[in-house]
Amino acid sequence: MHGPVATTKGEAIARAEEAAERADALRQRADWLTHAILILGVALFALPIWIVLMGSTHDVATISRGEVPLLPGPYAIENYVAAWTEGSARTTRVPVSAMMLNSFVMAILIAVGKIAISILSAYAVVFFSFPGRMLAFWAIFITLMLPVEVRIFPTFKVVSDLGMINTYAGLIVPLIASATATLLFRQFFLTIPDELVEAAKIDGAGPMRFFQDVVVPLSVTNMAALFVILFVYGWNQYLWPLLITTTGDVETIVIGIVRMIGSEADTDWHLVMATTVLALLPPVAVVILMQRWFVKGLVETEK
Amino acid sequence: MATLELRGIRKSFGDVHVLHGIDLQVAEGEFIVIVGASGCGKSTLLRIVAGLETATEGRVLIGGVDVTRLEPKDRDIAMVFQNYALYPHMSVFDNMAYGLRIRGLPRAEIEQRVRRTAEMLGLGELLRRKPRELSGGQRQRVAMGRAIVREPKLFLFDEPLSNLDAKLRVQMRAEIKRLQRRLGVTSLYVTHDQVEAMTLGDRLVVMNGGRAEQVATPMEVWREPANMYVAGFIGAPAMNFLHGRLCSEGNAVDLRAGCAIALAAPPAGVKDAEVTVGIRPEHVRIVGNGTVGAIPLKVDLVEPLGAESLIHGILPSGEGLTVRASDCSPFAGTTLPVVLPAEHLHLFGEDGRRLRLAHARSATARVRAGA
Repeated sequence: MHGPVATTKGEAIARAEEAAERADALRQRADWLTHAILILGVALFALPIWIVLMGSTHDVATISRGEVPLLPGPYAIENYVAAWTEGSARTTRVPVSAMMLNSFVMAILIAVGKIAISILSAYAVVFFSFPGRMLAFWAIFITLMLPVEVRIFPTFKVVSDLGMINTYAGLIVPLIASATATLLFRQFFLTIPDELVEAAKIDGAGPMRFFQDVVVPLSVTNMAALFVILFVYGWNQYLWPLLITTTGDVETIVIGIVRMIGSEADTDWHLVMATTVLALLPPVAVVILMQRWFVKGLVETEK
Repeated sequence: MATLELRGIRKSFGDVHVLHGIDLQVAEGEFIVIVGASGCGKSTLLRIVAGLETATEGRVLIGGVDVTRLEPKDRDIAMVFQNYALYPHMSVFDNMAYGLRIRGLPRAEIEQRVRRTAEMLGLGELLRRKPRELSGGQRQRVAMGRAIVREPKLFLFDEPLSNLDAKLRVQMRAEIKRLQRRLGVTSLYVTHDQVEAMTLGDRLVVMNGGRAEQVATPMEVWREPANMYVAGFIGAPAMNFLHGRLCSEGNAVDLRAGCAIALAAPPAGVKDAEVTVGIRPEHVRIVGNGTVGAIPLKVDLVEPLGAESLIHGILPSGEGLTVRASDCSPFAGTTLPVVLPAEHLHLFGEDGRRLRLAHARSATARVRAGA
């Protein structure tokens, strides 16, 4: 026996009540602590965005003076209209609307292209036995170790030799092949029970029929989750578009923001901030619109 | 409806031989149950008939046509899987209609066939539900419906009831039997459960280690098991096996447990040899104290089942014996005198095979007269 032993029933009840009160107090303190940490975390992430948002509503002079405005100013509409239609005229001649369109096309095509290619290659690797299957799988797997940054010079050489500089194709094609997405689909396909494949065989479904009628519908939530991730990935591409876009025609918004920031004195900070806010909107919209699917795709295990 | 014939089916995965030559003839409309412990090759055999697996050797004939090299879809079969294998994203209706759509049946006929089958299975209200909104028993029915709606030549069942709870299993078992009778489709049913096998099959194929140990009707298998494996596998609780020796005349057996039993009919052509004596728990008789020829059984454990009790005990030879008794529930530690009636003994030779009795028929006749 450990600890003091209650001698009477009344004593035991009193002791239990005391312990319950102590536990309540502890729980309350734990709640406070949890909230404090969470609020601190939110502030840490949200503050820079708040500063940008507020900055985009002041005129250029305020920011140039070195002030960091934390409250909204009176120039919001003017700044956004200027950014959307003209851009920062001194450093780049492209209005934000055009750059947004470029970014949007690139992000969509990268996301859709990656999903289309990787779902097909994962389907081949998982459901068919053909000579060199494992070789194909490992070849895909190894490219995980070779992201764009590592193979950037040979890729650039190939793309420029093919005359694809300053084109959408040059911007998108080299980024499309995706080992990550292929592996993700492969892991998902491995969870499809063999019996389902066999039932389809007995029902008379051929490989393409099975893909179209069973595999694709079952993968919809996975595709949605991947789409969100890949859209944001495509939208935020920096290094590759920086190399491949030399004129304004296919310039993306991320590159545009960088070009707007010329020298300290020259920069239209109010427009940069407005552009940044605009650049944030599409990924946020995609995440919010597809949130339900996205979460489902990441957590769903039931089949 | 069609016949099924298997000729010398062998299957190896590399060096591992799973099936060692299976021959089977199935008549039209017959319900064959393939029963055996896990790993005996019963599922592999079924998959070879389905065309999901190819036989290393041998031929499969459905309705007299050699289908050995045909794809599953060209064999005109339907299969019910253990985990049902329903398409999770399709409604019950679509699950049942999918095979028909692929075969290009007209929409109206698909609709009509699915509705008719669903009514027959009591699924009429559930046609728009998704599989995950159904209970285990309902999913099982949909899987059956998907097979029935195709009107195939052959039904294949791969342990279809093992994912259901005990009560539902008994209910579905009867339902499957009724359905098969009504539709008259030749069926092959794989299970490891000997009760399912006994109740469902017109004939059983008892498999062990890739061989068909016995192919016979359930009662034949129960009454005259071909060897010790079958004798031990079919029947619950399992048959008791005791060491014994046939006397030099061959008409009596000396049990190591300490008694001699005169045989109703001596085995043909065997004398003076070591044998294994088998007796089912329900055939051991508990007798009064001082009965001549009784063996004392030291009771070790009693399992009451309600209507009857299982009495586990130890014989003087150290061999265990299980008795199934309906009117006796002794305490552990007591000693019960038991008698092994000669007409219920099964004799197995040293190779484990059943010794054929010279006058098997007259022996059974005498039992009936005695009872």
